[in-house]
Amino acid sequence: MKESLGTTGLLINEPLLWEKGKKGRCGFSLPRRDVELCSLDEELIGEGPDFPDLSEVDVVRHYTRLAQWNFGVDTGMYPLGSCTMKYSPKINEKQASLPGFTGAHPLLPSVLSQGALKMMFEFEQYLNEITGMHATTLQPAAGAHGELTGMLIIYAFHKKQGSQRSKIIVPDTAHGTNPASVSLCGYRPVPVTSNEQGILSVEAIAEIMDQDTAGIMVTNPNTLGLFEENIQKIAEIVHAKGGLVYCDGANMNAVMGMVKMGDIGIDVMQLNLHKTFSTPHGGGGPGSGPVSVTKHLEPFLPVPRVVEENGTYILAENYPNSIGKISAFHGAFGVVIKAYSYIRSMGPENLKKASQLAVLNANYIKEMLKGTLHLPYDRPCMHECVFSDKHQAAQKIATLDMAKRLMDYGFHPPTVYFPLVVPGAIMVEPTETESKEDIDQFIEAFKAIVSEAKENPDMLHHAPKSCKVKRLDEVTAARKPCLAG
Amino acid sequence: MIYLPHTDEDIFSMLQVLGVDNLDDLFSTLPEDCRFNGDLNLPEALSEWELNDHMSMLSDNMAVSPEYKVFLGAGSYEHFIPASVSYLLGRSEFVTSYTPYQPEMSQGTLQAIYEYQTLAARLLGMEVATASHYDGATALAEALLMAVRITKRKKVAISSLIHPLYRRVVQTYFEPTGYEVVELPYLNNGVTDATGLDEMNDLAAVAIQSPNFFGCIENLQVLGQKAHDKKILFVASFTEALAYGLLKNPGSQGADIVGGEGQSLGIPRSFGGPALGILASGKKHMRSLPGRLVGKTKDLDGKTGFVLTLATREQHIRREKATSNICTNNSLCALAAAMYLASVGGTGIRKLAQLNYDKAEYLKKELKKAGFTITFDSPTFNEFVVEFPFGFEATHKHLLEKKIIAGLCLAPYYPELANHYLLCVTETRSKNDMDALVREVKS
Amino acid sequence: MKEISEIHLPDDVRYAEDHEWARLEGNKVRVGLDDYAQDQLGDIVFVELPQVGDTFKQGEEFATVESVKAVCECYLPVSGKIIAVNTALEESPELVNNNPYGDGWFVEVNPGDLSEMENLMTHVACMEKLKGAE
Repeated sequence: MKESLGTTGLLINEPLLWEKGKKGRCGFSLPRRDVELCSLDEELIGEGPDFPDLSEVDVVRHYTRLAQWNFGVDTGMYPLGSCTMKYSPKINEKQASLPGFTGAHPLLPSVLSQGALKMMFEFEQYLNEITGMHATTLQPAAGAHGELTGMLIIYAFHKKQGSQRSKIIVPDTAHGTNPASVSLCGYRPVPVTSNEQGILSVEAIAEIMDQDTAGIMVTNPNTLGLFEENIQKIAEIVHAKGGLVYCDGANMNAVMGMVKMGDIGIDVMQLNLHKTFSTPHGGGGPGSGPVSVTKHLEPFLPVPRVVEENGTYILAENYPNSIGKISAFHGAFGVVIKAYSYIRSMGPENLKKASQLAVLNANYIKEMLKGTLHLPYDRPCMHECVFSDKHQAAQKIATLDMAKRLMDYGFHPPTVYFPLVVPGAIMVEPTETESKEDIDQFIEAFKAIVSEAKENPDMLHHAPKSCKVKRLDEVTAARKPCLAG
Repeated sequence: MIYLPHTDEDIFSMLQVLGVDNLDDLFSTLPEDCRFNGDLNLPEALSEWELNDHMSMLSDNMAVSPEYKVFLGAGSYEHFIPASVSYLLGRSEFVTSYTPYQPEMSQGTLQAIYEYQTLAARLLGMEVATASHYDGATALAEALLMAVRITKRKKVAISSLIHPLYRRVVQTYFEPTGYEVVELPYLNNGVTDATGLDEMNDLAAVAIQSPNFFGCIENLQVLGQKAHDKKILFVASFTEALAYGLLKNPGSQGADIVGGEGQSLGIPRSFGGPALGILASGKKHMRSLPGRLVGKTKDLDGKTGFVLTLATREQHIRREKATSNICTNNSLCALAAAMYLASVGGTGIRKLAQLNYDKAEYLKKELKKAGFTITFDSPTFNEFVVEFPFGFEATHKHLLEKKIIAGLCLAPYYPELANHYLLCVTETRSKNDMDALVREVKS
Repeated sequence: MKEISEIHLPDDVRYAEDHEWARLEGNKVRVGLDDYAQDQLGDIVFVELPQVGDTFKQGEEFATVESVKAVCECYLPVSGKIIAVNTALEESPELVNNNPYGDGWFVEVNPGDLSEMENLMTHVACMEKLKGAE
């Protein structure tokens, strides 16, 4: 394809919901009334919310037009580092919408919910196998929720030991949710700097690990797309002083079938089903963040646990050392179905292949763009690679400008300005579901943009121009927040 | 494999560019002692057709409408969802997009969530609602933590008639913080007994759920007044959002922060998740709110546009000092709720809420006629507690075989209410369903 | 962002390490954020100030300044009690960008120990430091 992907489509303007409609319209088929109208104490009755009245046509046009302003993975390549924007198989959506699942009440007697419980039980086994851990909970509703669950488990473990500690070591490359989860649990995050290779050094950890440190929170592979090669020694140091090792498993897509976290010193970790396991991102969620633990942390998992007894499945509450509950019910079950279907569709060989191809795609991009963009760590990467805008400084072009211009070329920009250790960071994670042609097109686009930066930098400064809106005034949005109509 | 587009030629030419011979060579940075050299012990891949069969088999093994008549509420409600909502929610531009950090190509999500924030705020009578949380329980926990942050006081009082599983989540969240949680008992008429508040000092907030777990409508205004007299924050919670189509909303009754569940608004029960945590407050406290917020602004050409704002509260900027650790939220569920509320409309939601109320009142009346006691005499919305005779567990079990789920036994949650059952009736239960239930429990 | 040579450092104030400024006005000290800091932060969207009556030691965090994408903690250059806060910043945080040494002031302090002003940098020393760090 010689033409650029990016163009201008027919984007139709659409007002806000309450700017449409007429009183008395309805888009909902009210069920037949087969009981009498009853009265209720006047004192209790409210005025009813100020909602517009819209017909079904109004509603369908509204959201159809809005959808057309959006770019999704189904639209084009979405190389967001750390997010694993892989393709979401449609067959998984179908499974999640089966009426036996969608209509199920979470407090059904176990005997009447065997399908769901069996699926949850099996899925936990699959995650145990993939992570090399002993037991899993599906209750956390997102990755950060899983991190909090893991921190609570670490806290409960130390409390049971009678040794309350106050700190958790957090690397400088950590995702913001890591120190935030640490704080939510009452711990103080202690930062540690990565070395020149971009990974944690044994000496740095040894220097700060002490009896008052509850543990360390690593991300492996880390947010620079590099494998933490010293992880086993680091785990030994932390364990020797009675601490625990938490692994943020957001980057699991790089190592499925090649590394088992439970075998390299990790005690507790979360996975992100909306990343590694293909469930769609939904414009920001819902996700699911199951937590897997080693045997000695199993007693602390949230309840209820799904247990198998003679071929039937029950929900068991009798775990006196459990941290309690982290969600009202069983977590994001509707998301879990999709991830379960994904694992059943891929099978063990394809999961490993997926990781290998994700790493292939990232290294290919790294190699092809390293002449064009500055590459701070010129060594083999895993499933993502990080560039910076250093070479473009002379043209007064920043990462932001290149990102905005990529939109005009028909791509979602990579992650920008993260990790913090690389100023002007551009983190590219193609995932394995991008074909060579699509990746080559992305590479061409980036090269074209870097040329434009030299010849006609205003094209970048004024980008994007093909989207529904141009760059937005985020300063006024923060100074004078208008959060509701 | 249909989701892995690389052909052998593709792989070969890419490996050539990298100067390596095979895919394994790409993992040179993996230390030998970190490698797993075996095969993952997982079931072999299923074709799409085999997967359909397998999942249908699991799905068939579940007790759901229309085969079963389920009279269960307790935080998860059966409501009709219009076909248009399910259809629109399938649009992949909504489903497969990411968090709208690049607003220019995410105006669909951004305007839709701004609209959701507005509708949620209007439903609750509050000024600002966030872009969503995981569920009602975590929204309540975050609301209480927010109250602690704002007041700098370390104790909260929560009603024992807040959903028992919500209270457990709050306890789990509060465990490592050193903050104290005290529970307020309830009165014989099924509402919270707040007299204990008078003696309590150093409270950050008091939290009440209405309608409460027993389905009874609490007097939020009186409780709110009490809270404000004591100069503490009033946190309101709910599990059945539809109630506010009919009842006075918490904002009008003085709530400072509201944290509850929006699943009733166009989201299927799905065995408890994904759900929709709704969190709202006044503008006064907006900078203490956790979670994402969408704001309206203008672009370079002066056109209206939407953008995530007040991001300095959030983890990706504030890190350990953020108002919460939340990153991924339940955005698509919030979108479903907005689509649902847009479809139902202001006139429609009133009628729908009234219908829910009337249906539950009908069942109450028929049960009374059949000789059963309605445990609490406070007004209820679409759930209420009925006292069944001693030994009813056997009847309840027998009814399961007849494909009737006659409510939730309260014994595990309130041991003093051993023979009492929480029944829920929404617009999805017909008069015939209810007559059948009454017939069966009577015999 | 400005070049170092373009940074405006008036001579009637003293400068702290973290780029707060302090000006002696009679027997009180006025405090704000210097031109380098406001330039680095970019458009300021929100300033969180303490209450009148709060007391702080020299070097203690007393305020935060926010741009769209960053938060900066501010440390009080001299110990003392807050006797006035610039409420105009609530509506107009951009005053800090436009007039950092005038309308964009943060607080007035009743100083505990005026000799602490001597610990702060002169405008010359501050410019030297900025040039050195380049």
